[in-house]
Amino acid sequence: MKEIFLLMFSAIFIENFIFARFYGCCPFLGVSEKPDTALGMGMAVTFVMTVSSAATWTVYEYLLLPFGLQYLKTIAFILVIAGLVQFIEMFLKKFVPALYSSLGIFLPLITTNCAVLGAALTNIQNGYNFAESVAFGFSAALGFTMAIVIFAGVRARLRLASPPKPFKGMPIALLTAGLIAMAFMGFSGMRIA
Amino acid sequence: MEKANNGFKRLLTQMKSGIIDNNPTFVLVLGMCPTLATTTSVTNALGMGLATTAVLAFSNLFISLLRNIIPKQVRIASYIVIISGFVTAVEMLMKAYLPSLDESLGVFISLIVVNCIILARAEAFASKNKPLPSLIDGISIGLGFTLALALLGTVREIIGAGTFFGVPLFGDAYQPAQLFIMPAGAFITLACLMAGVNYLRSRKR
Repeated sequence: MKEIFLLMFSAIFIENFIFARFYGCCPFLGVSEKPDTALGMGMAVTFVMTVSSAATWTVYEYLLLPFGLQYLKTIAFILVIAGLVQFIEMFLKKFVPALYSSLGIFLPLITTNCAVLGAALTNIQNGYNFAESVAFGFSAALGFTMAIVIFAGVRARLRLASPPKPFKGMPIALLTAGLIAMAFMGFSGMRIA
Repeated sequence: MEKANNGFKRLLTQMKSGIIDNNPTFVLVLGMCPTLATTTSVTNALGMGLATTAVLAFSNLFISLLRNIIPKQVRIASYIVIISGFVTAVEMLMKAYLPSLDESLGVFISLIVVNCIILARAEAFASKNKPLPSLIDGISIGLGFTLALALLGTVREIIGAGTFFGVPLFGDAYQPAQLFIMPAGAFITLACLMAGVNYLRSRKR
């Protein structure tokens, strides 16, 4: 239990997906104009990443390993993730329309979010077992959500500021992300896991 | 002769558009994960850029060849399968011939699959154009990406480690600003380079 907790803490703060590993930077920069949409994206990613960590681990352990097909893991994982996202979209549309109307538009974008594939591959690379994989997927996604919501909050304020002209738009946003990343470097002093 | 000349001119315009006017990193702001993550040194940046270029060129070519066969409803899934096939090939080649580069790029080689540049070019260009222009488009966009990565890698390696291609530049007394090879430095360097590109573009007009 203690290991799982340490792993989760490390995935959220120390090895934050955005600020330390750079997984999922496209949605981080693309869908962070408003805090509410950022939160919606974060929740959709959390949902998909938890489920996909479980699914890809199972596929790897029981399908690819026994047949010696490890080299196919990139293709297999991306197909599992794409199928899963499609399935989740249909499931939510049919059974939980309220959730679908808030998360629906983000779901197709998640297939090409490298955070999801990155988490799946990291699970295998680090040799996590099933519980650790699910915990890692869930907490890494929480770290992603936290990062994107903080960043969206800062960006909402940035719109009122007037930076030098060449810095307008993306450059100043990236600079802010750099400053937040610097703040997160403070966590790297904590060696727990 | 005249015709060949025209074709060559068209090719040059297309190359220029891919490398400069539509530079995937500085202008379109696509494919940010590898841009930020793998530019800690020039060698890594070039390796990543060229690997992406290879995948982009071949996937563009094959998607364009298959553009009339792939049904519209499942096109994205088909593109992903084609792309991940080439990524796996690149991954295996790199493991065999460039093990040290493979080691330092790690998971990011596999993550070329989800690089938005590749899917964007497949959807926006290769699915609508003939094979040869698609191949050229893939190569020029890829080179634009490689150039941007190499630029970022150069700045970060020189400031952050005091080396260029691993060769020390300033002697022993130099204390490198390690911030620049850390994640925060990636964001800051990219922001400054992007602002510089914006400034140059606004002056040209």
